[in-house]
Amino acid sequence: MRILVVGGGMGGTIVANNVARRMSKEIRQGKVEITMLSATDQHWYQPGLLYVAFGKMALNDICREQSSLLEPGIKFFVDPVEEFELNENRVRTKEGAVHDFDLLVIATGCEASYDEVPGLEEASETPYTRDGAVKMFKRLRDFEGGKVAVVVGVPHKCPIAPIEITFMLHEFFEKRGIRDKVQMQYTYPIARIHNIENIANWAVPEFERMQIDYETFFNIKEVDIDNSVVHSEEGTEKEYDLLVAVPPHRGMSVIEENGMGDGGWIPTDRYKLTMNGRDNVFVLGDTTNIPISKTGSTAHFESEVIGENIASIFRTGSATREYDGKVYCFIEADQDRATNACFNYIDPPEIKAPTKSMHMLKMSYNQWYWSSARGLL
Amino acid sequence: MSETTVIDACNTFCPGPLMELIGFMKRADIGDELELLSTDQGSASDVPAWIAKVGHEMISSEKVGEIWHIKVRKMK
Repeated sequence: MRILVVGGGMGGTIVANNVARRMSKEIRQGKVEITMLSATDQHWYQPGLLYVAFGKMALNDICREQSSLLEPGIKFFVDPVEEFELNENRVRTKEGAVHDFDLLVIATGCEASYDEVPGLEEASETPYTRDGAVKMFKRLRDFEGGKVAVVVGVPHKCPIAPIEITFMLHEFFEKRGIRDKVQMQYTYPIARIHNIENIANWAVPEFERMQIDYETFFNIKEVDIDNSVVHSEEGTEKEYDLLVAVPPHRGMSVIEENGMGDGGWIPTDRYKLTMNGRDNVFVLGDTTNIPISKTGSTAHFESEVIGENIASIFRTGSATREYDGKVYCFIEADQDRATNACFNYIDPPEIKAPTKSMHMLKMSYNQWYWSSARGLL
Repeated sequence: MSETTVIDACNTFCPGPLMELIGFMKRADIGDELELLSTDQGSASDVPAWIAKVGHEMISSEKVGEIWHIKVRKMK
């Protein structure tokens, strides 16, 4: 059986390692072959960018060579796919190589898409990109006060990030001794300050305690750079001296170019994690159109289901597990305390009071991540 | 995008039905009809409020069993 994994981010890496470990004997016997195609030889721990933006981690802390994370037996090529020929069970790469498969795993992810909001990229700081995180830290370090506006594009990965960024901005300025010179304004696209009601109910009194103003139903339309004003689709506006953006995201262009999904999101069965109409094509993480959080933990839990099902398909001819929608998120409440949210398709998250120990657990996870990517945790 | 798009946001908490609708609305063409399916009671009030605020059109909203079927049209 030829298993082809397209994408070397968190989801693709965990799936490949999971399958390689489950099927090591079959790989040694030559009965199973796992190949991974990625656009880069680097693997980035994307949640770490938030800490880079606040000067708590450096870029080299959150990057490893992709080949160092993969189980022996996985064939790895830095050669991104350009054409998916799903009817023929093969792909063609940028370098012109052709890879045939029996089972395909697509984990190409998503990326910030500034094109749809004029002025946003030029005007804003963001922790969502590597260059952006470094630039944001320099800006925060030099900021002397004024109006700080946080704006949120749709859709975006890591849905808890807007709240975390805002809490961390508050504390960063407090520790710098300039909080009294900063007017903080948070905006959010829907009717409450976070899409999960329990989180919104918990965060509102925190915002009030921190004297953070907020406006709901604020979807970014455009940024008037000359006048330092953000306009919303709803007809309101926000002035800023420092604009911090959670940018809108899109799936990778190769997905849309191959006609596999509007916006780069592949229509995916929310339980089987297979591409609609394609039983031998698995999709996971940010790449799916499943209406759940685009976050690393989603990819992690999905990858365990897919890994088990690939092994089961080889051994019994059919998949055995369904994905229950499980997502787990740490939530940084400031720079020293955190809480968490765990939920699935059925059970909503319950939010507990933030603690220092949960923050330390998150700090620890930032180091354990590499074991997680290897499929060990 | 086709003229009628069904967005199945049932049994999800994050990003939630309205956020899903906003994402689809951005990619839709003016005049397109979108139907949001939601099991979140809040959608019955949140969606019409957002549609009115932005200036899109509410077509209908009804609960069938446990699922809200909310039809809207992109107007701008």
